[in-house]
Amino acid sequence: MATPINSTDKPQRQAAAEGNFYTEKPGQLGPGMNPRIQRLRKLSVDTEPSLSIERALHETAFYRENYGKYSIPVLRSLNFLDHCEKKTLYLGDDELIVGERGPAPKVVPTFPELTCHSVEDFEVLNTRDQQRYTISEDDIATYAREVIPYWQGRTVRERIFGHVPQEWQAAYEAGLFTEFMEQRAPGHTALDGKIYRTGMLDFKQRIAEKIAALDYLNDPEATDKFEELKAMDISCDAVILFAERHAELAEEKAATENDPQRAAELSTIAEVCRRVPAHAPRTFHEAIQMYWFVHLGTITELNGWDAMNPGHFDQHLAPFYAAEIKAGTLTREQAKELISCFWIKVNNHPAPPKVGITARESGTYNDFTNINIGGITADGRDGVSEVSYIMLEVIEELHILQPGNSVHISAKTPDRFLNAACRVIRQGHGYPSIFNPDVYVLELMRQGKSLRDAREGGCSGCIEVGAFGKEAYILTGYLNVPKVFEVTLNNGIDPVTGKIAGIATGDPCSFNSYEELYQAFLKQLNFIVDTKVRVSNYIDRMFAKYAPAPFLSVVIEDCIEKGKDYYDGGPRYNTNYIQCTGLGTVTDSLSALKTHVFEQQTFTMERVLDAVAKDFAGEEFLRQTIVNKTPFFGNDDEAADAIAGRVYQDLLAAIEGQPNVKGECFHLNMLSTTCHIYFGKVLGATPNGRFAGKSISDGTSPSHGADTNGPPAVIRSLSKLDQTMSGGTLLNLRFLPSLLKRDEDIAKLGQLVRSYFTLGGHHIQFNIVDTATLRAAQCSPEDYKDLLVRMAGYSDYFNDMNNDLQQEIIERTQNEEL
Amino acid sequence: MHQPLVFDIKRYCINDGPGIRITIFFKGCPLSCHWCHNPESISPKVEKLYTVGRCIHCNACVYVCPEKACDLTNGGIVTDPDLCTLCGKCADICPTRAIEMSGRPYSVHELLLEIEKEVPFFDSSGGGVTFSGGEPLLHPEFLIAILDECGEHGIHRAVDTYGCVAREVLLEVARHTDLFLYDLKLMDPERHRQWTGVSNEKILANLVALAETAVEIQIRVPLIAGVNDDEANITAMADFIAALPGGPRPLSLLPYHGIAAGKHAKLGRIYDEQGLAEPSPQDIGRVSAIFAARGIRVSIGG
Repeated sequence: MATPINSTDKPQRQAAAEGNFYTEKPGQLGPGMNPRIQRLRKLSVDTEPSLSIERALHETAFYRENYGKYSIPVLRSLNFLDHCEKKTLYLGDDELIVGERGPAPKVVPTFPELTCHSVEDFEVLNTRDQQRYTISEDDIATYAREVIPYWQGRTVRERIFGHVPQEWQAAYEAGLFTEFMEQRAPGHTALDGKIYRTGMLDFKQRIAEKIAALDYLNDPEATDKFEELKAMDISCDAVILFAERHAELAEEKAATENDPQRAAELSTIAEVCRRVPAHAPRTFHEAIQMYWFVHLGTITELNGWDAMNPGHFDQHLAPFYAAEIKAGTLTREQAKELISCFWIKVNNHPAPPKVGITARESGTYNDFTNINIGGITADGRDGVSEVSYIMLEVIEELHILQPGNSVHISAKTPDRFLNAACRVIRQGHGYPSIFNPDVYVLELMRQGKSLRDAREGGCSGCIEVGAFGKEAYILTGYLNVPKVFEVTLNNGIDPVTGKIAGIATGDPCSFNSYEELYQAFLKQLNFIVDTKVRVSNYIDRMFAKYAPAPFLSVVIEDCIEKGKDYYDGGPRYNTNYIQCTGLGTVTDSLSALKTHVFEQQTFTMERVLDAVAKDFAGEEFLRQTIVNKTPFFGNDDEAADAIAGRVYQDLLAAIEGQPNVKGECFHLNMLSTTCHIYFGKVLGATPNGRFAGKSISDGTSPSHGADTNGPPAVIRSLSKLDQTMSGGTLLNLRFLPSLLKRDEDIAKLGQLVRSYFTLGGHHIQFNIVDTATLRAAQCSPEDYKDLLVRMAGYSDYFNDMNNDLQQEIIERTQNEEL
Repeated sequence: MHQPLVFDIKRYCINDGPGIRITIFFKGCPLSCHWCHNPESISPKVEKLYTVGRCIHCNACVYVCPEKACDLTNGGIVTDPDLCTLCGKCADICPTRAIEMSGRPYSVHELLLEIEKEVPFFDSSGGGVTFSGGEPLLHPEFLIAILDECGEHGIHRAVDTYGCVAREVLLEVARHTDLFLYDLKLMDPERHRQWTGVSNEKILANLVALAETAVEIQIRVPLIAGVNDDEANITAMADFIAALPGGPRPLSLLPYHGIAAGKHAKLGRIYDEQGLAEPSPQDIGRVSAIFAARGIRVSIGG
């Protein structure tokens, strides 16, 4: 690994920001079921993410030599094969599951064919406070010499930005939306169970049959299909070769290993790597390693966002577990150790570093592999098994950022599993999030999936759903809905920059009714969505033509069948999503103007807009009146909920059914991830009393602190949206640990979840607040009005207590923290 | 029908009976316990609450008050109780809710609508409604009407009482209730009078009478160090509960906490915490053991 420069000048690493939720204790290795896992975990969390230029060097040399000799798909697969043949391998001392994308844990390659980092980008990445990626000066110099000159003007990113129309550029720079595909490949892919039944040699056989059956006489696309199928075939060879190299390395190490136990482990690793991915796995160990090689293959071939996802991993592993437990060839402890090894492997792979606006909106190492646990099987039975419980134990023990994880609770899921998940939630890391298969199966079927494919689906990344193993569901970017409203209130101008960002929809002070205001907002919304969709479609074709993913296409259903790439409509289903953010903020802003300007006429439109323009300076009476005396979303208030429902329907109308380039269409989901923070930063003050620059509401959650009637009221407000029309909604609820003290409190949390899901909820996540949050609440009480304090016979809102008593709650919380 | 004042409705209550509950707090209480954590519950009338920390000194209440009863001082808004007619105009204009009027009347129908919203949460958790206060039994006609409505809608009903009411009222309400949360504080009548303002004879006799009916009873004991956690009191209480007709009933210990003091300030009162202290875990363990030794099932915190 390269030596970082100026290491003494750099700020301290923030352990929690990197997902190390465990407070180190001197002289101890840290959490984990046994010393092996403790050491592997410690290495993973202690290692600072760094960059490797190896992949870029291989790729640049390969492109220089070979560009123009082959079709693009074949070029891509040969490039992949070349890298798999040459890349530096890593096999750590304690490892049972093997393989790294980079030359060592936490080392991330670059993908210059998509976005070529500049010297300046590297300097920033190397020294910034958060989400730092170190790189040596030598490597930067080599990159400047070998890589940058070749890719200049040739990257997908430059070609996209060279093409986009002026109105797109203006809206993008104003922060009206983001564009996921401008520097990372479209990903959001999860797998079904086929790789546990089908080895790469079997896939090659299928590909050969398809090639043999090509009809050059009648099918005008036969040549293109041949090139794509040939590329898929080569990519299978690439991952087999990659595994074989690991087998050789393990055998070499076994030969010189003095510890007989480790020598035996290395021999097993070699045996496993000779078996998978060439053949279908036979054992629990092989099954996990099979997935891991496929995972590494897809994230090395391209840098899809989100990374890659095994889907219902517990369901895929359960038959192997059951068979081996029965045969006596595996113990529960061994299974748990292998799962722990896998978990740490995922944590070893931070997201490739982003640049520009995308870096601002997604400042995280998380690459959003989200393991789905529980749920229902493809034939509609309860999917919980002993493996599900083992995974919960691993999550509870390891305290690491990646992989993300979620539990899936259908009406068929036993309470025992839900309660086990709630106990993990009680730890307060925000995981696991909870999903409702009974609703997302309907969402997927409404989009046209078969019942079986829908049941095999789930969530990848955050809350977006897809048919695992059969669908390309491309997230194209976030839509800043409150910003659309802000531009409406300024007749097409972005007040933050003074530049034109949308279209003229009229001076709001001339509007005589709320309806006129709302129609202006709709007009602006439709314009912005159309602008975004046009460019997203263009980018989609760029990937289909210039950066196909033949290896990913092998493992996604129907790509081989159709002879088409994952990015070119190969999968059985092809969806594009736009993720809408800030429903709470825009609802509350509309409600404030409706209530105070048009209904009660407390204030004139001029005065409110003037106050907003001044960021409420000198207008505290107005701001407080709005904040405290307006119906806000999340309180089971019909007036506010009706506005939210209407905005939601109109977002659907604007997005739903817009054609994508694969003969299918766009759908909506209500995701925000970390983008609500960036969107808030580019947004001035809003009429709901929110100050300029502060975060907007996340997903479909109420605005921060707007919900003051308790969790059931939030849930009832959310349940008024027909969530089955979306591709996912998001609800974050904050809970004080005192609400989760006793076993029965944990059961009640589960019952609250059941209630929401009965009412049609898609997803819910609990943030168990810590003392730091409570201190933040003391500083800005308005954002934390929802913090409930419940004690026997007494209940109050944290905000309503005086300083001494708040202090006492903080101390109590501290005592209750683990 | 007389409509009692409700001063609060809380959702996701997890300490006031089985499951996830909605708790309705009525104003008015015959006791005035020294440690009361809901002091606005004591008076049966509307009261004006003022939270000084929220006040932005905008003077709006001073201007709007028709009686000129509000005055802005260095310590915030001061209301002259002789001039104030509790009309609530100050609370209406107050932008920050620093001024709030505590207590509003509900009809049975209105209250039922609020309760019914929670049915999905009752269904998943085995929860229901808890009527608390104050003392809900001060409004028997209204209480029975709403209990009946809830019963017809299949909603589990709990009544949280101090038992200091006429026996016929208690027994009549019992016919319309699924669960009583029955508070006991001190066994010695004199000490009870000293700390709560009333004697406990009626409370204890009423509990015996209630225990003779079929209604489910859960006893609740606020545990305050230095007030009622002594051996003598706890032993007497344990003996009393053990000897109840139909056998001992389960008991929840509610450890006292000083957190409620802020509410007294809102009423313009000073909270004298003298002599009141939180019980230590050891105290709670010791007290629990005395109850458990007499076959009483003890839980901590509701």
